[in-house]
Amino acid sequence: MAVLIYAESEKNLLKKSAFELASYGRAIADKKECDLIAVVFNLKDPSTLSEYGVNEVISFEDPTLSAFKAHEYGVHLTSTAQEMDVDLVVLSSSADAKYLAPILSVSLMAGYASNVVALPESYAPLTVNRTCYSNKAFNTTILNNEINIIGLSNNTFGAHKKSTPLNVKSGEISPSSGSFKIEKVEKVTGKVTIADADIVISGGRGLKGPENWHLIEDLADVLGAATACSKPVSDMGWRPHSEHVGQTGKPVATNLYIAVGVSGAIQHLAGINASKVKVVINNDPEAPFFKAADYGIVGDAFEVVPALIEKLKDLQNS
Amino acid sequence: MKILVCISNVPDTTSKINFIEGDKEFDRKGIQFIINPNDEFGLTRAIWFQQKQGANVTVVSVGNASCEPTLRKCLAIGADRAFRVDLEPSDGFQVAQQLQAHCQNENYNLIIAGRESIDYNGSMVPGMLSALLGLNFVTNCVALEITENKAQASREIDGGIETISCGLPLVIGAQKGLVEEKDLIIPNMRGIMQARQKPLKVIPPTTSETRSEVIHYEKPAPRGEVKLVEANNLDQLIDLLQNEAKVI
Repeated sequence: MAVLIYAESEKNLLKKSAFELASYGRAIADKKECDLIAVVFNLKDPSTLSEYGVNEVISFEDPTLSAFKAHEYGVHLTSTAQEMDVDLVVLSSSADAKYLAPILSVSLMAGYASNVVALPESYAPLTVNRTCYSNKAFNTTILNNEINIIGLSNNTFGAHKKSTPLNVKSGEISPSSGSFKIEKVEKVTGKVTIADADIVISGGRGLKGPENWHLIEDLADVLGAATACSKPVSDMGWRPHSEHVGQTGKPVATNLYIAVGVSGAIQHLAGINASKVKVVINNDPEAPFFKAADYGIVGDAFEVVPALIEKLKDLQNS
Repeated sequence: MKILVCISNVPDTTSKINFIEGDKEFDRKGIQFIINPNDEFGLTRAIWFQQKQGANVTVVSVGNASCEPTLRKCLAIGADRAFRVDLEPSDGFQVAQQLQAHCQNENYNLIIAGRESIDYNGSMVPGMLSALLGLNFVTNCVALEITENKAQASREIDGGIETISCGLPLVIGAQKGLVEEKDLIIPNMRGIMQARQKPLKVIPPTTSETRSEVIHYEKPAPRGEVKLVEANNLDQLIDLLQNEAKVI
């Protein structure tokens, strides 16, 4: 038996989630006394994975694998898992990983639990804790199959250093087939994404209009944070849908979530519930968000936010 | 073009969630059930293809009789016919297998399911169904055009949008963006009357397996009181975030 992770990378750099997966996989591999294998695609130097407990890397390098394709990546992960007697696959909660997981679960005849928030409660049978009802509840799920897949919620386990001797092998490329073609990728550059961010600043209707969004953006800049918005804000077209966080938008699981002028509807709170520390700035002391937050300021966002930006800038310069 | 939209019957987004039977079962008492929002975005796009490109739209649910009002609503929105696979499923894999059996007899060109349900949040069904049927698959789909036998689909990726072209048949994991909130169709009286006459056929389940089992539910621990900071005392907020919460 062995534990396998898919260590995601972009432009030849491992993503933050790769180190969290490695740490999580290492904790399980120690428990099971087995190898921790990482699969990487078109990554020149996977050696940093050894600092987080990976002891075997299977590296696939081929121009056809330069962009993520769920089916093709799934074929290579499946063959690796089968050849190396893997009984547990751990994936992140990125858009790509959630695309891949159900396909992999069919090809490996594996059980799959997404949104897992901690190490397994037990290994025989494999029992995991995961979020459900859009973060309004947790469930305990048994995966009683020969091979299982865990989708780990981002930012729940953290990255923990543990040096391990590393063996890197090249994987054999399977030819790709079919009519599936990536036409174009549009990415916002130079901006922190909600998925990767440690801090997210979110704006709601209280900001009164898209022309005031510089408040959110400036606060995000000074904190190195990603920007987000509530559902009404995206429905009114003030901000793109990709920034909408909540039950039908993107889930957020950051270390710090600052909500400015967001009332805190139950659907919004569900989507951001997994964040560790929540701060609310709102001029309505009755806003439901105050019941869900750790820290709150009852005040006018148009005064509080600029003052906060100045204070944070002073702090950074001192 | 034949389109199938897979519908999950879920608690309304504003529902307060409770559990019964020693936290082993969801408490349905007083809960209003709705079309899973991600499925509804998909259904709305399917109805667009019906109106603009002459597509035929079928909806299907895997569940007991309690999901029929939701299927009727789909018919009132504009779907042409409905199927209910008569099985209360235990996990996403079982749902995917039941849908696979249905699809094998029907030759759909396009199969749409929400990227995830808002109750189980498994993110399983569309991907598993595509793999079981051996079809192309695009999830987190925020735009979809079909011309003749080709599809152009965009998916939301972390920090951007990726556009894919591929052949049909195709399975889509739908989400908001595929249509906007304002495009959602509220059934009118005519639609509701017509829905009563449209076929809703109950089909028996095929043999299927489950690969996971939920044994227990739990609600998050209640939160402590919010710590209020005066608007003119932002140094205190920064101090709390730095030294107490240790997040900046």
